[in-house]
Amino acid sequence: MKKEILKLRGVKVHFPVQAGVFNRVVGHVLAVDGVDLDIFRGEVLGLAGESGCGKTTLGKAILRLVEPTDGEVKYISQDDDETELTSLEKKDMDPFRKKLQIVFQDPHSSLNPSFTIFGSLQDPLKKFGIKSKEERRKIIGDLLEAVNMRREYMDRYPHEFSGGQRQRIGIVRALCLEPELIVCDEAVSALDVSIQAQVLKLLMQLKKEKNLTYLFITHDLSVTEYLCDRIAVMYLGRIVELCASEDLYNNTLHPYSEALISAIPVADLDKQTKRIVLEGDVPSPVNPPKGCPFHPRCPKATDICKTEVPTLKKYSTNGNEHYASCHLIDLPEIS
Amino acid sequence: MAKSSLDKKFDQIRKREEEKTFSTKKRSRIVNKFLNNRLAVLGLIIFTIIILASIFAPLLSPYDPMRVDLRSMRQPPSFDHWFGTDSTGRDVFTRVLFGGRVSIFIGLGSAILSAVVGIAVGCYAGYKGGWIDVIALRISEIFMSFPQIILVLLLVSITGQSLFNLMAIFILTGWGGMYRLARARMLSLREEEYVQALRSFGLSTFTICYKHMLPNALSPIMVNITLSTAMFILTEAGLSFLGLGVPLNIPTWGNILNVAQDILILQNYWWMWGPVGIVISVFVLCVNFIGDGLRDSTDPSQQG
Repeated sequence: MKKEILKLRGVKVHFPVQAGVFNRVVGHVLAVDGVDLDIFRGEVLGLAGESGCGKTTLGKAILRLVEPTDGEVKYISQDDDETELTSLEKKDMDPFRKKLQIVFQDPHSSLNPSFTIFGSLQDPLKKFGIKSKEERRKIIGDLLEAVNMRREYMDRYPHEFSGGQRQRIGIVRALCLEPELIVCDEAVSALDVSIQAQVLKLLMQLKKEKNLTYLFITHDLSVTEYLCDRIAVMYLGRIVELCASEDLYNNTLHPYSEALISAIPVADLDKQTKRIVLEGDVPSPVNPPKGCPFHPRCPKATDICKTEVPTLKKYSTNGNEHYASCHLIDLPEIS
Repeated sequence: MAKSSLDKKFDQIRKREEEKTFSTKKRSRIVNKFLNNRLAVLGLIIFTIIILASIFAPLLSPYDPMRVDLRSMRQPPSFDHWFGTDSTGRDVFTRVLFGGRVSIFIGLGSAILSAVVGIAVGCYAGYKGGWIDVIALRISEIFMSFPQIILVLLLVSITGQSLFNLMAIFILTGWGGMYRLARARMLSLREEEYVQALRSFGLSTFTICYKHMLPNALSPIMVNITLSTAMFILTEAGLSFLGLGVPLNIPTWGNILNVAQDILILQNYWWMWGPVGIVISVFVLCVNFIGDGLRDSTDPSQQG
């Protein structure tokens, strides 16, 4: 039986746009505009989409690194206790900060250059009640070994490490309080392909050992295919398709996902793929187009797309749940 | 084949690594980098000498800096009076030594104190942003737009001339620059991912901004402290001349230098203003070298 760990309901993050002498608010960037999403315990949920579609903002909103403007983020503990996170006071958030952690994209800015690894990792441990220095050193040392690094590295400075090593230290930091869910915000995008594979393998191994759940934010669909149980595709702050990962590749429903998938390079000369090239740029999230946000670039757009906003509807492919928001899907909708 | 010297060195390093004796070096990383900078070390040595000489002035000179000796007026440098004597027969060397006490105290003291105020406000406001930042910014603008001289005049006419009034004014007008520097650094640092990571642990604002972010913002501030030390010493000299700074009976480098306003002295008695001028320049230069060295050694992005 699948159990949820997080339930997002109508999460919105709007950033005010200020202009003029008095910094009047003239509009809002709708970075995340109403996202409903369930994350199940023990799964790897991919969150894909092109730059600027709000994937990172959504990830940060879950951890309240960015305050959501509206909507609910519910955390469900192992004993089925639901807690709404967005309305909590800063102090009351602490026990949940332990459960939810994040691995960042840029290995060069994710470690404090003035501190040794131990120096920058020990404060969170101290805060969450590990008082003795020996114990803190032991925890960090053990985790360093878990990510295939040497214990002694904790006394070194970040500039002494390579990008891949730093990223593994970033993983150690996320793991040090034994979280349940880790948001991997483009965790491997900045690395070489060979190192990417190494870090991904490590992440999967850690997931098995420590019973983790990942929200894997990426723009690289070729990575998600092998990694994720389910994939959510985002466009302009909304989820346009959400399904089991093999269904996304074999039974694509949304034209945007189709275009994304056609862009994955295939290492096979004989295999001819039809490349769908999208025209233009992502529309401005300050005033998204009327109707379906994707219609100005959609190769299949019809009149209804220009006026009516499609909602995320439930379909079934291969016996799996498959959500998509498009007017042009001719599958029976399941309620 | 015999081992090359490089091989031997490498073996030694490996041996030390196995014995885990490497970790001892980390404590002195900043000190090491500082000591490798020749100019900074030279600056530090002269700086220390000048400060020690000022502190132990009574031991180094038999004269009283305030005692008027009309029999030995305007004497050129000699074995009795190393820098000669001034128009009232006071020993210039002694006055330079004693003047250093006050001048250095005012310069360094106001620079460090205004840095402390500026950093404390700047870090917090820069990291927090929002209305705290706006208020702090406006207050600093008010203080920076107020002419120093008017402030000095105001305070002197209310409470009379004193050293501490002068320092208070230097701090009031000086913290704004430090604040802006610290704030600007914090604004860029707070977007760094390690700061986000610390926030995701829910650490307190104080721990994040004063413990984790401040060390990365310090290097430009260090340089600024040294620059404003020099500036404050010079400003003190200027204000003392106008009769607004340190009371004239207390010897300071500025007070000594001000006899050079008299064209007669400037032309005929070089020893009254030359040596003290050189001491001021050398001291300011040394402070700048030290600041440079500190910036290089505390900058975490410079390796080595």
